[in-house]
Parts: sequence; structure tokens; C-alpha cells
Amino acid sequence: MDKAIEIRDCSAAYGENKVLDRVSLMVEKGEFVVIIGPSGCGKTTLLKMMNGLVIPMEGEVAVNGERLEECSLSAMRRHIGYAVQGAGLFPHMTVEENICYVPGLENKLPQEEKRMLAEKMLELVQLPKELRKRFPRQLSGGQKQRVGIARALAAAPDILLMDEPFGAVDEITRKGLQEELLALQRKTGITVVFITHDIGEAFHLGSRVFIMKDGKIWQEGKPEELQRAPKDEFVRRLIGR
Amino acid sequence: MQLIQILWDRRDFFLTCLLEHIRISLTAVVCAGALGIVTGVFISRHKKAAGIALGVINVIYTVPSISLLGFLIPFTGIGDKTAVIALTVYGLLPIVRNTYTGLVNVDAGILEVAEGLGADGKQVLFGIRFPLALPVIISGFRNMVVMIIAMGGIASFIGAGGLGAAIYRGITTYNMTLTAAGSLLIALLALLSDWLLSRVEKAVNRRYGIG
Repeated sequence: MDKAIEIRDCSAAYGENKVLDRVSLMVEKGEFVVIIGPSGCGKTTLLKMMNGLVIPMEGEVAVNGERLEECSLSAMRRHIGYAVQGAGLFPHMTVEENICYVPGLENKLPQEEKRMLAEKMLELVQLPKELRKRFPRQLSGGQKQRVGIARALAAAPDILLMDEPFGAVDEITRKGLQEELLALQRKTGITVVFITHDIGEAFHLGSRVFIMKDGKIWQEGKPEELQRAPKDEFVRRLIGR
Repeated sequence: MQLIQILWDRRDFFLTCLLEHIRISLTAVVCAGALGIVTGVFISRHKKAAGIALGVINVIYTVPSISLLGFLIPFTGIGDKTAVIALTVYGLLPIVRNTYTGLVNVDAGILEVAEGLGADGKQVLFGIRFPLALPVIISGFRNMVVMIIAMGGIASFIGAGGLGAAIYRGITTYNMTLTAAGSLLIALLALLSDWLLSRVEKAVNRRYGIG
């Protein structure tokens, strides 16, 4: 199988504070990978390395076989979907403008094309088409999150990076979003890297789960493997065994 | 009553002064606005320059306006040009400060998302950062316009035109009514401009879904 993301011996620090310590990780095309760990373990930093928002001090990052330092970051990012906690919608743009943001970065879309794309994406994330002229502040938390995902997927990326995307929504909405994301992933075959601190979410969504601690990958494996053979007390406590 | 009487009797004089006042103020508004916004954008990207630029502008602001005019005369002579320069310099503070504050205080998380989605530096600045700072920038602009119009009254002390001429003439000829009429017109002009700009501000905020 082809590699979608390859991180080799990467370290990162904010000032004196080392947040990632020689981490290596490989994601194959079409995988649904979940990264989990306590806050401050470096999981967000690791994710941001995958789209070049964080540049490693040492080590190498390659996306779809291309090394990041050798390609134009902004052009490459347009082929990688990015969704964050709270959705991070642009407050001065309508739902439609938010959804069409990434395709619009390459070249300006005609009005009609925008409308069609927005309606298509809204349908994909199961929102009514009527929302397209609304502003983000007029949406509920769950609706915002769905629009955030629609925006991340609008340019038909082959990789989707998600940083605790369901962290800010209530339990029932979250369950619904999880199912939709899984269905979407199966349908499109997109590679997903998903960050969470909720072990139930991690095991439910991930075909492979990476457990992080203190800037290192502590243990990785399929959910069954981790449940069957937790490496130590930390992992055992995390998965509640 | 006297006030209305004098405004009507000398309407040609007042009209000339008013138009002159608008012309001088508008020139200064355009200069200060353009210079101020460009400076604000620049110093929002260069933290070191920000401290220096804001410091210098603050100091200039504390120079009494009448002495600033005096200082300028040896260089640019008397008349409209000097007045426009002085008004522009004064107008800089609110617009530069608001542009800078507005741009710097845009939520860093939103900017990072834009970058993560593939926007380049220019697209982040003009598509996200600037529009989100716009309400703060416009309120600085309003401030600047009102200040320039009000300050425009002293321009005639160095031989420039405008409603200050009416005030000045009133003072030198002990004609209180004339002074009052000139002041009244300046105040009305400032209020009217402020009101017009508040409409613009509302329209922009509505367009951007804020407020």
C-alpha cells in the first residue's frame, strides 16, 4: 500500500520546552488513524507537522511521497483537509463562502459554481441547503462543526486532518457526527488522521490508534490489540482496564 | 436669532468658507487615511517597528497644534499646503493605532486555520485578517475624520481658508456672532460626517455578519 503520511524521527520544541521527541509515524492511504493522549502530550503539534504548520527541528515529513521542505506549503495544504475544534469558521463569511474557501484560493469561483458546491457539501454533511446564506454565529455548535468538515472536504482532498473536531459539541450530536464521519470515510476512501482525548471515540473510529505521552508515541496498534495487551499502567489506565 | 441672521446675510462668505473647509479636510482625510492604514498594516507585521512608530506618532500628537503649524511654516510656507500637512499628521494617531490594534487582535486560531487550509500570506492578510479588523479600523477612521474637521478651524491662523477664517475674523473684530456662526458650522459638519460614517460602519458590520 502507498504511504499517505510519513514522519521520520521528528522533534519539535516551543522555546526550551520539548514537545515532540524523535517521533516516527506512518499512515497508509485510506487508513483512519486516531491519535490520543493527555493534554500537552504533543498530539496537536504532531498533527500540525503533517500540513507544515509546525516545522520539525530535526527529522523529515513526507506527504504522498513528497517531502514537505521540497514543495510549496500553501499549494500542498489545499490538498489536505483541515478541521479543528470549534470548527474555526471565518466569522465574516457566510456558510457558502466558508465552504468554498479552499477551491476559491486557487481561482475565483463563479457564483453559480459556488452555490452548487455549497449545496453539494451541505448535503454531504447532512445540513439543509437553506443554511448556505447564514453566518457562523447564526449556527448551533453541531452545525458549525459540520460546516467545518464540509469546508475541509470541499476541495476533494485525499487526506483529512482533524484536531478534536467533536470536542465542543454535546454527546448526542457527537455520536451522530462520528457515524457520519465513518460513513463518509468508507464512501470516499479518504485518509483520516483524527485527534481526540476520548478513548471511546478513539476505539470507535480508528482502524489504528496511536497513544501518545510526553512527546513520544507510547503504544500503537489496532483497538483490539491495545485492549488485549496494554503496554503498561499508563495505557491500562487510559483505556480504563 | 442673530446667529441665523448673520449666516443668512453673509451666506456667500460662509458657503465659500464651508467648501474650502471641506476641501482641506477631505484632502487631509485621504492623506492620513491612506498613510495611516499602510503604516498600521506595516507595523502589525513588524513588531519592532510598531513600538517606534506608535511612540513617534504619540509624541507628535502631544505637540500643541498651533505650534506644529508654526514649525511647519519655515519649510512649507503659509497656506493650504501647510494646513493639510499639519492635519494629516494629527489625523495619523487614531487611524494608525486602530489599524494596528485591529490587525494584531484578530484571533490567532482563525488565522492559523486559514493558513492550514492553504491560504498564502497575502490571502490571509487581505481575505481574513483585514476584514476581521475592519470594524476597529473604521471606528479609528471616524475618530480621525471628526478630529481633522474640528482641527481644521485653526488652519486659517496660517493663512489657509476654511471656516476658521470666520472664527478668526470674528475674534479680531470683536464680533462674537461671527465666531459663533463659524464654530457652529464646523460642529455641524463634524457631526454630519460622523453620522454618515456611522451608517457606513453599520453597513460594513452587517455585510460581515457582525453586530
